[in-house]
Amino acid sequence: MTLAPLPYRVVDRRDETHDTVTLSLEPAGEALGPFAPGQFAMMYAFGVGEVPVSVSRIPDGQRLTHTVRAVGAVTRALWTLRTGAWVGMRGPFGTCWDLAAARGNDLLVIAGGIGIAPLRPAIDAVLAEPHGYGRLNVLAGARSPADLLYRNEFPTWERPFSTVTVDRPDDDWTGRVGVVTTLLGEAHFTPADTTALVCGPEVMMRATARDLIHRGVRPDRVQVSLERNMRCATGHCGHCQLGPLLLCRDGPVVGYDRAEPLLSVREL
Amino acid sequence: MTDPENTVAVPGAPTEAVLDRDGLDELVRVLVRRGRTVIGPTVRDGAIVLDELESADALPYGWGVELEAGQYRVRRRADQAAFAHSAGPQSWKSFLHPERVRQWSAERRPDGVLSVRPEAPQSVSYAFLGVRPCDLRAIRILDRVMGGGRYRDPAYLSRRTGAFLIAVECTEPGATCFCVSMGTGPAADAGFDLALTEVVDAAGHRFLCRSGSPEGAAVLAELPRRDADEPTRAAAASAVSEAAERMGRSMPPVDLRTLMRDTLEAERWDDVTARCLSCGNCTMVCPTCFCTTTEDVTDLTGDHAERWRRWDSCYDLDFSLLHGGPVRATPRSRYRQWLTHKLGTWHDQFDSSGCVGCGRCIVWCPTGIDLTEEAHALHQEATRTESAP
Repeated sequence: MTLAPLPYRVVDRRDETHDTVTLSLEPAGEALGPFAPGQFAMMYAFGVGEVPVSVSRIPDGQRLTHTVRAVGAVTRALWTLRTGAWVGMRGPFGTCWDLAAARGNDLLVIAGGIGIAPLRPAIDAVLAEPHGYGRLNVLAGARSPADLLYRNEFPTWERPFSTVTVDRPDDDWTGRVGVVTTLLGEAHFTPADTTALVCGPEVMMRATARDLIHRGVRPDRVQVSLERNMRCATGHCGHCQLGPLLLCRDGPVVGYDRAEPLLSVREL
Repeated sequence: MTDPENTVAVPGAPTEAVLDRDGLDELVRVLVRRGRTVIGPTVRDGAIVLDELESADALPYGWGVELEAGQYRVRRRADQAAFAHSAGPQSWKSFLHPERVRQWSAERRPDGVLSVRPEAPQSVSYAFLGVRPCDLRAIRILDRVMGGGRYRDPAYLSRRTGAFLIAVECTEPGATCFCVSMGTGPAADAGFDLALTEVVDAAGHRFLCRSGSPEGAAVLAELPRRDADEPTRAAAASAVSEAAERMGRSMPPVDLRTLMRDTLEAERWDDVTARCLSCGNCTMVCPTCFCTTTEDVTDLTGDHAERWRRWDSCYDLDFSLLHGGPVRATPRSRYRQWLTHKLGTWHDQFDSSGCVGCGRCIVWCPTGIDLTEEAHALHQEATRTESAP
C-alpha cells in the first residue's frame, strides 16, 4: 500500500534521549513490504499529519523500528505515543545504502546527531556478515552527551573502531570533543578500498565528504543520505526536488559524485 | 495534416470529414448521450474559461483574445469562429488533477484501533472539446508525471483513463505563444480521438475533422458531415502553417536543458527577483505544474480524519521547509527553481521538457515576467561569460 497508510500498533517504546524515542510497531493486518537499510516510511499521527522517517533497525518478521526526534507538530505527536497506540504507515520508499557495492571494502559509517538512526540497520547488516566486508569504523558526533543515541551499542560496533565525539561536553564527559571529521585520523581504512556511509546535517556531510575525498576515497563511494521536504513519497508532489533529483525516488541515499554539484549551489 | 498514419480506420467509419456548425452541435449531443461530461471553452467573466458544455451553443463563437505580458482581454471578432482564441486562464489539469482531492479517510474506533479507507475512484467520464496542441502535449506530460512512474496516482488516472480528447489545431496564436519553439504545435499529430481544424473563408465556416481512435471514428460516423474536399484540406493546412509563422514569442535556439544547468549562478536571477512577487500565478496557470501539498483534517469528535491533497506552488516559502527553515528562502532561488525545473531538470525527472509554449505564465504574471525573455537573457549572459577573456 503506497497511498493510504496501513494501521500499525506501538508494541514498544524506548526513550533514547530527552527528545528522541525509538518505536517498535506491528501491523494490525496487512504489513508493508520489506525495508532495506537507508529506506524510509511515511509515519502518520492520527489527524495531525505525516512525516518521512527512516527505519532504524530491521528486525525479522513484520515488526518495524523507527527512531523519531520531536522537532515539529507531527514528530511531537509520534514522540508522545504510548505502547498500544496506533499509527499509520506507508512504505518502503527511496534508495538504500548500497552495501552490495561496498562488499570487500573497508567501511566508514559516519553519523551526525540523529543521522545514526538510518545508519544502524546498515551496521547491523555488516555485522551479520563479518567476512563480506573489510574493517568497520563507526564514527558519530552529537551536540552534547545527552544527545547521543544508542550509546550502549557503540562498544558492540568496534570492528575494529567505533567512537563518539560531542560539540559541547558536560562536566562528566571524558570522551572526545570536536566535529566528527576529527576522528578520521584514527579510523582504520585504506582510502582506495573504502566505502563511506554518511548521514547528518548537510553542512556536516559536505565537510565529511570533502575530507574523505581529499584522503583518497572515491566520490561515488561516499554515500550520503539527503533530506528535503516530503509530502507524498511517491514522486507526485514535487517537494523533495534537489535539482534533477526527486529525493523520495532518487534518494535519500545518493553517491557524492552526484550530490556534490547540487549541494554546492546555494538554495538549489 | 492528412497523414494516413495519424488517422485510425474503422471498417465502414470515416477517418476524415467536413463538419458544419450543426455537426459541432451534434458532436456535443452525441458525447452527452454516450454519458460523457463535455468540457470546453466558453465566455464567462471577461475570459474564455473551460467549463461543462450542455450544448455547442456555449462555445465562444465570434470571440477572440488579446494577450500580452501581464494582460488578457477578450474581444469581438469580425467572424463567428469558435476556436480563434489561444489559451485561457485554466488548463485541462483543473479537471484531470483537480485543485483539491480527498485521498483517504480514517476512523479511530472507541478501542483506539485505526481503520483507513482509500477514496473510491472517480466515476466521471470526460470529453474535452477544444484541446490545443500545446495542451495536448501538456496532458501527455502529466500522464508521465502522474501515471508513468513506479507509483501511479489513482486520482489522476480515474479521471484521465478513457477521457475523450477532441483536439483543435491552432490557427490564431496569441502574442505570448511559442509552441513552435517547444515543438508542441500548432498542428495536432497524435494523442487525440478527434482533431478539428476550423476554416472560415469565402466558402463558409466549417471544420475539417479527423479521427485518431476507434471511438473517435465511431463518434464521427454519427455526425452530420460531408466528405473532406481538397479546398477545405488546403485551407486548413495553410491556416495551421500560417499560424506557425505568427508566434508572438520564441525561445533562444539552444538546448534549454544545458542552458539551465549552466546558468544556476547567473546574475540574471537577481534581475528577475526585482520583478517577481513570488505569487505563484505562473504555477497555477501552467498546464503541467503538478506540485501538491497535503492537509490532514479531523472532524469535531476527533475520531474521523481525512487526508486532502491540494495544489501547491514552489514559490511558497513553506514549500521547501525543513527543520531549521526553508531551503529556498529567497525569491531568487524560488524563481530559479521554477524555471530550471520547467525547462531543465524536468528532462532528468520525466524525460521531456515541462514547458509546452502555451504562454499562460507570461499572460497571468502580475508583473509581466516573460520566461522567453528570461531564457534569452540567460543565454546572452552565458555567451558573454564564455567569450570574456
